[in-house]
Amino acid sequence: MEYIVRFAQTHETFRRPELEALATLWNIELKIVTYSEDSPFCVVRLPSDDVARKLVSRAILVDSVYELWGSGPNYEALHADVKAKSQGKWDKYTTTSFRFNVHGYQCKLTNKEQRPIIESFSYLPFDGPIKMKDADVQFWVFEEYEMYAPSPKFLYFSRFIGPGGRDTVLKYDLKKRRYISTTSMDAELALITANIALARPGGLFYDPFMGTGGFPIACAHFGAMTTGSDIDARSIRGKPNRNVLSNYAQYDLTDYWLDWFISDLTNTPLRISRFLDGIVCDPPYGVREGLKVLGRKDGGGTEAVYINGVAAHLQEGFIPPKRAYSFDAMLDDILDFAAQTLVDRGRLAIWMPTANEDIELAIPEHQCLKLVANCIQMFNKWSRRLLTYERLPDELVGELIPRTKRIVEGSNADELNNFRRKYFEGFKPSTPSEK
Amino acid sequence: MKLLTLNFLTCARKACKPLPTSFPLHPADATLATTETAFSPAFLRNILPRLDWPALKGLCDELGLPGVGDEAPGPEALFEDGELPESDEDIVGEIEAGKRPTKLAHDLHQLLVETVMLEGKLVCASCGHEYAVKEGIANFLLPSHLV
Repeated sequence: MEYIVRFAQTHETFRRPELEALATLWNIELKIVTYSEDSPFCVVRLPSDDVARKLVSRAILVDSVYELWGSGPNYEALHADVKAKSQGKWDKYTTTSFRFNVHGYQCKLTNKEQRPIIESFSYLPFDGPIKMKDADVQFWVFEEYEMYAPSPKFLYFSRFIGPGGRDTVLKYDLKKRRYISTTSMDAELALITANIALARPGGLFYDPFMGTGGFPIACAHFGAMTTGSDIDARSIRGKPNRNVLSNYAQYDLTDYWLDWFISDLTNTPLRISRFLDGIVCDPPYGVREGLKVLGRKDGGGTEAVYINGVAAHLQEGFIPPKRAYSFDAMLDDILDFAAQTLVDRGRLAIWMPTANEDIELAIPEHQCLKLVANCIQMFNKWSRRLLTYERLPDELVGELIPRTKRIVEGSNADELNNFRRKYFEGFKPSTPSEK
Repeated sequence: MKLLTLNFLTCARKACKPLPTSFPLHPADATLATTETAFSPAFLRNILPRLDWPALKGLCDELGLPGVGDEAPGPEALFEDGELPESDEDIVGEIEAGKRPTKLAHDLHQLLVETVMLEGKLVCASCGHEYAVKEGIANFLLPSHLV
């Protein structure tokens, strides 16, 4: 049967991957018939109303889903299509209470303008009471306009099935969250990331750069058991009443919190075995938050330091030295880590920034990981993208070819991190004097 | 730090990681506590085959906790036929109709998810490095000479 998925007209490149991820999660047979980034209306084929309701129930970018009764470029064609396609359905609704809604995309219709449109459907044999509130069935007429066009370019007639998951965004709004930092991911995108990563009840999800815990919380919302780590002990511990655990408590999610620890991904204490269902992260890229790993910039410190005969590193308050690290090298490390720790078909969802002039920049690859989604959020001169990979089962990977890590020369953050340097130079086009 | 997490932690040093003695880490001066957490049969079933059972058994012995069996239980040991008791009502969606969690399932939940190490140290048997656990948070950062 055909349904209309009505998307929110925002984060367009994330909409389809999110819907497809949810179909994968619940093993739903989803066939996308028509889809365009410029339109909120997407026609899909799904087995039943119940499946349609379930599919969109937690989709952050879906407003709602409808059963398609007919469509066409003008009202004449629409009515003909409704009569041809949906006449068999009319009998079911002859006595139920109902209401009609008319909604224009890129056009607002007044009540006066809506009335003749609704009346043009009077051939439908609906004798039930009309209820503006709590009607049993709601019918929707959608008009789709080009920007500033006088008349619609396409029309749909449909029956309301169920709402999407957009209300969730309000609940997790960062403005109302007790503990956040400068790099906290916007709640809407964090929830979408959790959806694309297939966060689900019973699954184990890990964020190696958790900061104030935005991603683990988004995964926990969908019932996953969550764990995280960060190299910055302060962000994990927070203050007595404002820390990651208080965020979990704020949303009543403490049952889904497993653990956290202080660690550096390049020296991870996690056992190398395939035990994670998903990894979600937004690694620091050196603009608001520096990208650091353990070790010393000058390569020194190869001997333990003793103060009055006691090893300095075992004393209270010891802060291990950290050095700047290259974002490209970190991406390689994350992909390696994911390949070693994700279960078959487990997903890695990772955010990375790019300057718009480098938009064609190579997407990091790994033999064990298949790219399943590449979503872009555009800003003025740069953009960031959410890359989602799936861990292939070993039998599909074949013999492993050893990877050569990208080596980036340099010792300070600007030399190591191309994106950071370009960001602070204001993304000026490169001049010949630069190498 | 939950006992479940300890089953997935080794020494963070690259030099130690390939050595079998770097896993599991051994608790020292440990203060244990219990935190009440909702029981999730779906999670337990999911995580059970990923546990290193000898390491879990060793950890229980070292901490003086009631032991677990020598052999890792299979997923069938977590559920038995019978009516779901009222105390387990909220897990109704995660469990097959006509089944209920066994005592073993509840015991494992208590051991893995509800038992936490609040304070103490985790010691690597290979290099002897001690990782501090404070307020339930373990610190795996290394000084430069161990990186």
